Amino acid sequence: MSVLEIKDLHVSVETDQGTKQILRGVNLTINEGEIHAIMGPNGSGKSTLAYTIAGHPKYHVDSGSILLDGEEVTTMTVDQRARAGLFLAMQYPVEIPGVTVTNFLRTAKTAIDGEAPAIRTWIKDVRESMSRLRMDKSFAERNVNEGFSGGEKKRNEILQLELLKPRFAVLDETDSGLDVDALKIVSEGVNRAKENTGLGLLLITHYTRILRYITPDFVHVFVDGRIAEQGGPELADRLEDEGYDRFLTESNVG
Amino acid sequence: MSAAPTPTHVSPTQESAVTPTVPTTEAMPTEEQHGIKEHSDGRFGFVPVQTRSGRFKSVNVADFAPVTGREAVWKLSPVAKFTDLTAGDLDGSTYQVDSTPSADVTVAWVDRTDPRIGTAGAPEERAAANAWTSFEQALAITVGGEEAKEITVSRAHLGSAPRGAHTIIEAKPFSQAVVILENVGEARLTENVEIILGDSANLTVVTLQEWNDGAVHLANHFATIGRDARLKHIVVSLGGSIVRVNPSVRLAGSGSDTELLGLYFADAGQHLEQQVYVNHDAPNSRSRVTYKGALQGKGARTVWIGDVLIGRQAAGTDSYEQNRNLVLTEGTRADSIPNLEIETGDIKGAGHASATGRFDDEQLFYLQSRGITEEEARRLVVRGFLIEIVQQIGSPALEDRLQAAIEAELRGTEEK
Ligand SMILES: Nc1ncnc2c1ncn2[C@@H]1O[C@H](COP(=O)(O)OP(=O)(O)OP(=O)(O)O)[C@@H](O)[C@H]1O
Ligand SMILES: [Mg+2]
Repeated sequence: MSVLEIKDLHVSVETDQGTKQILRGVNLTINEGEIHAIMGPNGSGKSTLAYTIAGHPKYHVDSGSILLDGEEVTTMTVDQRARAGLFLAMQYPVEIPGVTVTNFLRTAKTAIDGEAPAIRTWIKDVRESMSRLRMDKSFAERNVNEGFSGGEKKRNEILQLELLKPRFAVLDETDSGLDVDALKIVSEGVNRAKENTGLGLLLITHYTRILRYITPDFVHVFVDGRIAEQGGPELADRLEDEGYDRFLTESNVG
Repeated sequence: MSAAPTPTHVSPTQESAVTPTVPTTEAMPTEEQHGIKEHSDGRFGFVPVQTRSGRFKSVNVADFAPVTGREAVWKLSPVAKFTDLTAGDLDGSTYQVDSTPSADVTVAWVDRTDPRIGTAGAPEERAAANAWTSFEQALAITVGGEEAKEITVSRAHLGSAPRGAHTIIEAKPFSQAVVILENVGEARLTENVEIILGDSANLTVVTLQEWNDGAVHLANHFATIGRDARLKHIVVSLGGSIVRVNPSVRLAGSGSDTELLGLYFADAGQHLEQQVYVNHDAPNSRSRVTYKGALQGKGARTVWIGDVLIGRQAAGTDSYEQNRNLVLTEGTRADSIPNLEIETGDIKGAGHASATGRFDDEQLFYLQSRGITEEEARRLVVRGFLIEIVQQIGSPALEDRLQAAIEAELRGTEEK
């Protein structure tokens, strides 16, 4: 069974005002098939954690480690991590002018599998995934994320999640900017990916809304660069009622 | 809209290569930006010393002073490297031309007395005048018939002695064709190409420079476009040491239309230049200029100058020009200079954009986060950047070939 372990992770970023510490000792273990939700206020470092797992060059790991089945991830290049089975659905997916969705998906699939997918089944898989995510066929020939609405970009992320079949995926605010119909469609996509591949999920969110459709096994409250509290799904309900004030006060005092 | 026809001049300059890929100059066709009532750069009423149309012209080389490199047309070119073409004697004899068979298109050598010669334009600098003075016969590509067709005219055996040449491409009224001028092999060439579109003609001219490494090629294309005619003109410069192709297009008939496209890929030590001039000289004409370039390797150098003149009689003009450069390595230089001159207030729109930037790190990160290696991600991004031009050529076979040529250029990146 696969496991992703984050151990005492400290991360900083270079800013105009100098080095800024963002993550201050994150500990988290995700087993294959588990769904972990991370909730926390703006600026607490949730995206930083996501980007650090994916290997964004801006984020510097000062100490600690990320292990995928015991193998150190932090020394891998971005593409090596993806090929090792990690996936990040981004909060703000990037536009790639002149590269069609079709070409992009095939190139990514080939890179991850180490060989080109069998053409017939691949085309069928892409078409079916797109239709289940209610993405019009025409998206296949459009440039990646170019001119996509916020919701369309998020669907395109989940399309990749379904097709690339990672072992662990981090979904960074995939729910934000989605209306309720889109939220259901996207959530179904995530649940389907989990059923089909048994991947482990780290679901970053601001609101409990998405947790009505994707049931977490664990909920972590993220404050000031670390996990302040963890529990089961009931913790999400409590956060919905009480907000983050309790934790913010604690962290200010501490 | 009404306003006094005071000439205005806009001439922002962007050089080199360290800014991110954001437009540094952007002007969408809105009423405020016609340059008359209020101009975005605030230089209302500034009268340039000389308008673009007022430049000295002559077909006689002796009328031009020796080139110093300080002239407006030469100041960004390595003039010392081709004094043979600006000041020396040129071989003006005919040369081997290969063309694909095409119904209703004739390719023939014609005398200097051919009445079409000199109808599309005249040299504004010494190398062009030298070619005009020297050529013995002109190569005439004459397009008739109303059916769509394609012809490729190739030059592969020009040799390395300095040469002057003259070409006429005439599209008769109501004709349509894609004419591909293919240039390979050795060359030290200065030449003029006259492109003449009869009323309602629809012509695409692609000039493809895939010269050998040492080649020097200075070309001036002069086009005149008749009533309701349409010219698509595409400059693709990939190979050669110094390649300078300057298209100059006069929208002479009302309702005339031109799409000027360019694609260039400069490697180490290469100088690729294009000075584009669009002269809106009739009512309701339209122009779109889009040039895109990539630079890689030490000393890779590109120049793009885009002059647009909207003349007094060009009411209802719709014009937009843009140049974008993607810098792939250190040690390159890209100049990008759009100029817009407006002599009438009564236009639909006029704007320009120019940007030179590096790879977008976020794009590379996104691609890599999907397992794609850094090299492949770079290739995808550059290919995506240049493909916009390739896709507009309108010749599937040539589009495929250019895609392959761009791939080859990109493979060159990794070898260096
Ligand atoms: N590249 C960067 N340069 C400078 N500061 C950064 C950078 N990335 C993150 N930060 C800062 O680090 C802190 C954490 O940012 P992060 O984006 O990880 O928060 P978040 O929890 O994802 O917030 P949100 O809920 O708004 O998405 C913020 O104060 C942010 O401004
Ligand atoms: Mg965030």
